[in-house]
Amino acid sequence: MREHDGPVNTIRPDPDALLRTIGRQDGVRGRLKLFLGAAPGVGKTYEMLMQAARRRDAGEDVVIGVIETHGRAETEQRAAGFEIIPRRAIDHRGQSLHEMDLDAIIARCPALVLIDELAHTNAPGCRHDKRWQDVEEVLNAGIDVYSTLNVQHLESLNDVVASFARLRVRETLPDRVLDHAEIEVVDIPPGELIERLKAGKVYVPQEASRALAHFFSHSNLTALRELALRRAAQAVDAQMLDYLRAHALEGTWAAGERLLVAVGADAGAQEVVRAGKRLADSLSAPWTAVHIETGPASPNSALPNSGSREELAAALHLASQLGAQVATVPAAGLAEGLAHMAADLRATILVLGQGARRGLFRRDALSAQLAALGLGAALHIVPRAAPRRRTAPPRDAPFDPAAWLLPPGLLISGALIACVTLAGVMFAALGSVTNIALLYLLPVMLAATRYGLWTGIVTGLLSSLAYNFFFIPPVHTFTIADPQNLITVVVLLAVAVVVSHMAGRLRDTAMLSRASAVRSSALAGFARQLTGIGAAGDLGRVLCEEGAGLLGCYTVLLMPQDGALAQIAASPPDTALQALDRVVAQWAFDNRRPAGRGSDTLSAAEWLFLPVEAGGKALAVLGVAHPDAAQPVRADLLPMLTSFLDQAGLALDRIRLEAERGQMRRLEERDALRAALLSSVSHDLRTPLTAVIGLLGNVTPADPEQERVLALARAEGERLQRFVANLLDMVRIETGAVEWRPEPVDLAEAVSSAVHDLRYLLGARPLLIGIAPDLPLVRLDPRLLHHCLINLIENAAHYSPAETPIRIEARPDADGLDLAVIDAGPGLPPGAEARVFETFTRLEGSDRKGGTGLGLAIVKGFAEAMGLQARAANRTDGSGACFTLHMPGALLWKESDQP
Amino acid sequence: MISHDGQDMTGGAKILVVDDEMAIRRLLRGSLSRTGMDVVEAANAREALAALNIDKPDLVLLDLGLPDRDGMELIGPIKAGKAALLVVSARDATGEKVAALDLGADDYVTKPFDTEEVLARVRVALRNRLLAENAAPLVRLGAVEIDLAARIVRREGAEVHLSPKEYGFLAELVRYPGRVVSHAAILRAVWGPGQEQAVEYLRVAARGLRRKLEDVPVEQSMIRNEPGIGYRLIV
Repeated sequence: MREHDGPVNTIRPDPDALLRTIGRQDGVRGRLKLFLGAAPGVGKTYEMLMQAARRRDAGEDVVIGVIETHGRAETEQRAAGFEIIPRRAIDHRGQSLHEMDLDAIIARCPALVLIDELAHTNAPGCRHDKRWQDVEEVLNAGIDVYSTLNVQHLESLNDVVASFARLRVRETLPDRVLDHAEIEVVDIPPGELIERLKAGKVYVPQEASRALAHFFSHSNLTALRELALRRAAQAVDAQMLDYLRAHALEGTWAAGERLLVAVGADAGAQEVVRAGKRLADSLSAPWTAVHIETGPASPNSALPNSGSREELAAALHLASQLGAQVATVPAAGLAEGLAHMAADLRATILVLGQGARRGLFRRDALSAQLAALGLGAALHIVPRAAPRRRTAPPRDAPFDPAAWLLPPGLLISGALIACVTLAGVMFAALGSVTNIALLYLLPVMLAATRYGLWTGIVTGLLSSLAYNFFFIPPVHTFTIADPQNLITVVVLLAVAVVVSHMAGRLRDTAMLSRASAVRSSALAGFARQLTGIGAAGDLGRVLCEEGAGLLGCYTVLLMPQDGALAQIAASPPDTALQALDRVVAQWAFDNRRPAGRGSDTLSAAEWLFLPVEAGGKALAVLGVAHPDAAQPVRADLLPMLTSFLDQAGLALDRIRLEAERGQMRRLEERDALRAALLSSVSHDLRTPLTAVIGLLGNVTPADPEQERVLALARAEGERLQRFVANLLDMVRIETGAVEWRPEPVDLAEAVSSAVHDLRYLLGARPLLIGIAPDLPLVRLDPRLLHHCLINLIENAAHYSPAETPIRIEARPDADGLDLAVIDAGPGLPPGAEARVFETFTRLEGSDRKGGTGLGLAIVKGFAEAMGLQARAANRTDGSGACFTLHMPGALLWKESDQP
Repeated sequence: MISHDGQDMTGGAKILVVDDEMAIRRLLRGSLSRTGMDVVEAANAREALAALNIDKPDLVLLDLGLPDRDGMELIGPIKAGKAALLVVSARDATGEKVAALDLGADDYVTKPFDTEEVLARVRVALRNRLLAENAAPLVRLGAVEIDLAARIVRREGAEVHLSPKEYGFLAELVRYPGRVVSHAAILRAVWGPGQEQAVEYLRVAARGLRRKLEDVPVEQSMIRNEPGIGYRLIV
């Protein structure tokens, strides 16, 4: 492209920079008008000269920068009246080349300069590689430019043209050159152009004449013409959009292009898909690939012509990989189906393969049919890449003599012909020979309607032979003396063909609607089956069986269980997946995209895995595999399977929700049961104890001995009561049934309430309470804290001599504050600091104190439930134990927390 | 002590004991009748409702766990009959106690209970019932004198300056001496509706009151905290 040697390069302006300056120099920059043509010879240069002449005649200063007349007399004549700036001679490796003199043009500074062939590549040694760059410079000098261009030179369309015209153009220019140009399409109908070519009015270089001869085919020209028109329209649209946007106007944007690509079941299908993709890309249009299914197809039966099936599947798969929406639509006829789809999708361009469909009466008449159906889209015909003959036509069943000699249709036809011949002989005996030919229509029509085209034709042939042999003079020979009788034979054959064709269409339509009905009812039936299902396993089984039935393949459903995908169901049920397939399934599940064979991910697997989704979440993956591992599954039926999966996804989601609700209900029931049990146990244990202790108090002792016994009984009852209370608390902790509702608690108040409740136990024991009056409130559950404090103070009282004081202190520290209960007892045995909070832990030699061994465990359980830490330690001076509840700073009530 | 000495008023009072446990009924009957009170028993809600209509009790001791109906449902009919109500509950849940108090129960006792404490609560409730009909404008609590008419609080004769909220809090407790008043009830009465959850206001006000009115605040000799439930004025 660009040259990187030579001193001129340094002064070569960057085209991008030049383009960027357009906006700034708007008033100065010249305007570009492009004469766009579909092919050489349409008359661009001529038209340019005509228009330039008009401006010259209006008194403007118009010169010719460069013009290629290719020796056409008309053009040369037109150019004669203009001032021509002489070309510059450039010496290149001893050759003298003549190129446009850019500097001379700029120096001459006309109002308008004509520069032909915008796509021209300059000779080495010119300032710019390409002529369009020269034009940019001229425009920047404030000179208007008229130029010409053939559409295939546009970079974005180059590939497209190359793909169908088999002529790759090396001289290309970027599409953006068009962006600011005024475009005029120079258009003549293809037929006329071909006429001009034949008349020698189109310049054709000798060496390219063969290629060009192909290039100038009617279909190529049609496509090129369409491209030119569309591209011009697009540029106008873009300019209008820019204008509207620049002026902040809303509204009338041109609607975007939408492509519909018809995919046939033939070898060229993939080429059509690729062409559609290119066109869609260059037009930035969304596209849909559709296969119109007109042939007999039952979803559950293997198709006879599997070769073309594979072509179709491959083409549809390619389309979906290239970003198309893919659909398979049954319709009575190709044209009807396409017209319908185009209308449904509001397609603006319908891309067809040339001869994508071959029918006896439909060859090349598809566009006419589409037009008759009022197709609203433009047609884009993709030519066949190579005229290679197909060994067998895809749709019309191959002629297989082995299968043909025996079919019952022929036998029956033969028998009928025999009968008719017999009847004919009898009629002939009665004298009427001419009408006997009509009798032979019977077997022909029967065979044609019942057994199809080939049987019909053979029957027609046989009938005419029989008629010929038995009735046409000379009788009992195959010779036909009277040419009139030849007509009879031909008519018989023609009837066979016409009738069988019509009947065939009728049969196809019937089978098609049956197939369509089968699918609809399959989907409806599937949906109905799903509604009654309450378990994922049942759903998996139904999905697997239906999927297997639909595609005629193996299926397997995987769902996550305990963090890994597990096989829920399969058809056949004993299907097992390989390790690789499991990896693929996992990938499909994790990424919610199809993976495996036939997809674009991990395609080495035997299985294709499709995610089953609902609510943007993958719930399962369905794997499908062809029973013959070498075969891919039928891609054309995958959209159908996808609707199954959508249904299944919804059903699975419903089942999952129901299961979750059930689980929740069970949990709630269990919680309620536990709460009821605790409450009932606590009631049943406490009530009799209350009665026992209370009733003992009501007894009036008769003597001191009785009084002593009564007091002892009462004390033991109270001890049992405390034990029961602790036991119930412990059960609450261990079963996680501790309920707590935090509220701001004043520690001084809480300690005071605990001390009040223990006033009888503590008696006259000195208490030293050191809690500052301005201590922050703490967010705690007051009841749980109360229990903790009671147990801690009780514990301190138990493990220290009765006369020693118990100290209760609240001390703020770096992280929150500590509430400490400190006794003056013997302290904890070394190493018991952590163990002391364990259930049923009692310190050595403490049995006499009669503790339950649960008190401290309850403290720990309640404290932890509230987010506190319970700690035990010996006092640093060794004079007793210190139990601390540590309250983290997060629990402290701050002024800012106040509502 | 409260200016009205209610010792005599408890004598001859009619008490309805509602409890499905025969042993508890026997225990309470024994304790209450020894102090001269007249005891009627009911083993379930149906019997209790019948006894309410026939015997017109002055006070009901109600167990919330009844076999035929939730005891909570009886609170309305009992309060409609102007009887004082003492809830006896084996359930330790504070929420239930607070709910019972908010529905109009005068006080609560948790099983297992101390019979002496039940008797004390019964006496307070009976006294309050009479006080409510004949509210005293001047209440004396040890060295503290509360003049509800003048909205003045004196301690050992000297006027104590209370913030409006502290006074409101104290007056609310004085209105039901000896009886627990739930957090929500105090907050609603003093801070206004919508403030029922702002327990921290109560904590701060209680601190202020104790500092100003009690000799040793930590002993809670006047205003007792019932953890998680409310406050009680000690009489």
